[in-house]
Amino acid sequence: MAPRVTPLYERHRALGAKFIEFAGWLMPVQYRGIVAEHLAVRQAVGLFDLGHMGQIRLRGRDARAFLQWLTPNDVFRLRPGRAQYSMFLYPHGGVVDDIMIYEWPDREEFLVVVNAANTEKDLTWVQERRAERPDWDVVVEDISAEVGMLAVQGPAVERALQPITAVDLGAVPPFAAVVGSVAGVETLIARTGYTGEDGFELYFPIEITGFLWDRLLEVGADFGMVPVGLGARDTLRLEACLPLYGQELSPEITPLEAGLDWVVKFEKDDFIGREALERQRREGVPRRLVGFEVVERGGIPRTGYAVELDGQQIGHVTSGTSSPTLGKIIGLALIQQSAVGVGREFAVIIRGRPVRAVQVAIPFYRRCRTSRSSEARG
Amino acid sequence: MVEVREGLRYTRTHEWVRAEGEIAVVGVTDFAQSELGDITYLELPEPGTTVKHGESMGVIESVKAASDVYAPVSGEVVETNRTVVDRPEIVNKSPYDEAWLVKIRMSDPSELDRLMDAEAYRKFLAETAATA
Repeated sequence: MAPRVTPLYERHRALGAKFIEFAGWLMPVQYRGIVAEHLAVRQAVGLFDLGHMGQIRLRGRDARAFLQWLTPNDVFRLRPGRAQYSMFLYPHGGVVDDIMIYEWPDREEFLVVVNAANTEKDLTWVQERRAERPDWDVVVEDISAEVGMLAVQGPAVERALQPITAVDLGAVPPFAAVVGSVAGVETLIARTGYTGEDGFELYFPIEITGFLWDRLLEVGADFGMVPVGLGARDTLRLEACLPLYGQELSPEITPLEAGLDWVVKFEKDDFIGREALERQRREGVPRRLVGFEVVERGGIPRTGYAVELDGQQIGHVTSGTSSPTLGKIIGLALIQQSAVGVGREFAVIIRGRPVRAVQVAIPFYRRCRTSRSSEARG
Repeated sequence: MVEVREGLRYTRTHEWVRAEGEIAVVGVTDFAQSELGDITYLELPEPGTTVKHGESMGVIESVKAASDVYAPVSGEVVETNRTVVDRPEIVNKSPYDEAWLVKIRMSDPSELDRLMDAEAYRKFLAETAATA
């Protein structure tokens, strides 16, 4: 099957992008270069095509209760115009997908943004769960083909974006979302992202994608805005230790193992996966996601490489890279609980050779917050 | 456009060779560095190592991926470029000059005839691009 493309494909080509196939989509992996794009987001601002991501709309009187049952975070704490990071879980505690839930500021409706690789699976999952609650008033719709999505991320984002919107961006706190016009287009402007940097994610009618992309690059030029591909998106999120589904999260990995305990609100009412996670919490989490730095020459740890202690395998690398911001080789690994501890060493097997690594505190990168303190990923 | 330099010989795995008498100076091509993207790690054979035509003699890693460096000719490594090992980003900036990787004393200089010249390599790249 030929890969799908977003409305920006020709623009990416014209910008000299290199492409990769990702989750059935042909997406730009880089334009100028991963390191340059990464640093532009850390120091100025970057623009991301997220047209491959999926969007699900949930409406109806019982939509909130339905989401509350479907996800481990507390949807009753969500308010109009707020965003919440959460997941869909299997009954055994593994992860169907990690998601962002937005409650529309102006109407009783939820927007659930899901990973490109999981859009169809998620939709089936949600529809099946919907069918188990036949008497509930919930409407589930796949609106991925109607909704355009771009992200603008980096410390200069407010200055770059403000000239083309009437919304006072300074008044939009992290994890808030407002409806307003951007370059004349009605947009859901959300202060969320996947880079560890200040930034916005924009949702708007998909036909407008090309127009908005052009306008953003045009007004952003004065602030150093560059287009950023999936390559730098991955290194940025890894420095900030934001999980990538398929690597840090999967049907075989629970949120507790992935260190995302804060997402799981045991004090709330019933949700799918609760029983399994309560059991895991009671009996002890058998393995845990840790951050590490490679401390000798030997290469870059890649996803799936074995992690050993005294010649015994204790886990595997979920993600690894050469960190453009820190100038170090870093990674995340899922290892046996007994070996976990900042400062403790293990070996990553790179091309058959053990290479020394030491566990470090995560995230690897945390931005300096100059303005109000954030309630972060609440 | 990627540069293909005249006067060098090329492999299908995107190494280049400049013959200087019995010594072959070896690097990776502009196309290779451009495909790999930002190069962050290099592993090269030490002087004294015997390498064999077509076999892996080192590793080059970018942010994106790891890839083998193949010996374009057989022989003994007589010099390794330490500067490029310490600063692998040089491969991106100067693949044909500063970023030579190793010098090999050839055991069979006729192996050079099996490699492509600039024109053939250019054609090879065009064909690769057409099928990609």
